[in-house]
Amino acid sequence: MSWLFDPLQHAFMQSALLAAALVGVTCATIGVYVVLRRMAFIGDALAHTILPGLVVAYLFGWSLLGGALAAGLASALVISWLARREAIREDTAIGIVFTGMFALGVLLMSTQRSFRDLSQMLFGNILGVTSIDLLLIAGVALLVVAALALFHKELELTSVDPLYAQIVGLSPDLVRYALLFLLALTVVVGIQAVGVVLTSALLITPAAAAALLSNRLPRMMLIATLVAVGSGVGGLYASYYFNVSSGAAIVLACTACFGVVWLARAVLAPR
Amino acid sequence: MTDARFPYGRKGHVPPVMGAPALEARAVCVAYPGASRPALDGVSLCVPVGAHVALVGPNGSGKSTLLKAAANLLPLRSGELRVYGNPPGACHHRVAYLPQRSRIDWRFPITVRGLVTTGRYVHLGWLRRPGPRDDDAVADVLDLLGLSALAERQIGQLSGGQQQRALLARALAQEADLLLLDEPLNAVDAETRAIVADVLAKLRRQGKTVVVATHDLGRLESDFDGALYLTAGREMPPPPGAFVGVPVGQHRA
Repeated sequence: MSWLFDPLQHAFMQSALLAAALVGVTCATIGVYVVLRRMAFIGDALAHTILPGLVVAYLFGWSLLGGALAAGLASALVISWLARREAIREDTAIGIVFTGMFALGVLLMSTQRSFRDLSQMLFGNILGVTSIDLLLIAGVALLVVAALALFHKELELTSVDPLYAQIVGLSPDLVRYALLFLLALTVVVGIQAVGVVLTSALLITPAAAAALLSNRLPRMMLIATLVAVGSGVGGLYASYYFNVSSGAAIVLACTACFGVVWLARAVLAPR
Repeated sequence: MTDARFPYGRKGHVPPVMGAPALEARAVCVAYPGASRPALDGVSLCVPVGAHVALVGPNGSGKSTLLKAAANLLPLRSGELRVYGNPPGACHHRVAYLPQRSRIDWRFPITVRGLVTTGRYVHLGWLRRPGPRDDDAVADVLDLLGLSALAERQIGQLSGGQQQRALLARALAQEADLLLLDEPLNAVDAETRAIVADVLAKLRRQGKTVVVATHDLGRLESDFDGALYLTAGREMPPPPGAFVGVPVGQHRA
């Protein structure tokens, strides 16, 4: 059993495991709505648009979270403004804004000599989380899970039947913006774990695996959480023993879980 | 009867004006953006409280548009529309609307019981969860519409007629006073037709007001008090020999 407990002697591994579990819970629960509401593309886009905010905050010594949030919210506003008159479809607007913002981030990064620090933003640095980061990650996890529980009714109704929600006076747009805000927060903590490029994997893959196993929403959230937390812990152990990138190991663990579920269903499901 | 502490919508729940008809339209014009002619062009209608009225006409005659405007889904270009004496949308909980083609995501993980329960949300508002009274109301309408045995199924596992009944069940669960039903009998099976007829009869006994858009002229006399005939967005005189009942349109006494 020493292989299981050895890594726990290191403080950085304890913090990383805690962070991976918290990020897993956050991404998996909101990820179920991302998958059900077909928001996978915007989830990925939000992660990418945050890069210039992170870089600028890093260069000026501001709070990384503040920079990330500002960039994420600004992008969400520009996207909805561009798509407002239907001259441009929303997915096109997202494509334009997210690639532009990501390119801006890479450009800013390339002006710096210490490219290595910044590359952690692209691929995450969960082994270097500080106690302030941990506190922040825990706060976002609590906020997201509490909001999803308190506004379950409204999220459910606007997802199933936005027209009926509108008739009873519940604005689907209001709920959508609130969900985007929570998603932006989630993406910011997801970046801590697996970086800009791979964050959407934590949102989508566990939830997609859960959607194959259940058609009840609470059970889907539970399964997605188990997959994401399990993959976070498993990926970190793999990274510890085989000295590979922790972010990539976590994402590949999620992908493997999805693959197993997919195969099991294909083999066991009655034709 | 609505006790939401934090109701949806800014207007909240305005009480009805005493003595006002359930639905009143005066020279209503509605136009869709980009359309060459208005979908409704000067239509007037008065539906007294408790009446059952049919809107009759071919596709594109403006039946659905009138119902959507009454449900506060479309803005008027001109004219006036009153629901219990108030502008549309002032009392969401009093008005239930069954669209002809819903935009429901039938693959969403929600049971039939869950979908019907969403009809109670307008009474709950933010932060309140459905209670025993809501559960009872939902169980009653599931029973009424013959859906009790299917209540725990995911909504995508229903047939077309059963889905239509589930939507009608949600409209009934809302316990509205005015029901706007758009082609409730379009493309449904015989069982659903019989159940919908029973439901309409029950609503009449309860004194509820019902406006139905339909092209099914066959049973108008027995099911309705009056009819408005529409073609190309305007009121038409009734076809010779057609059901008239109580006059409800422009030419009423």
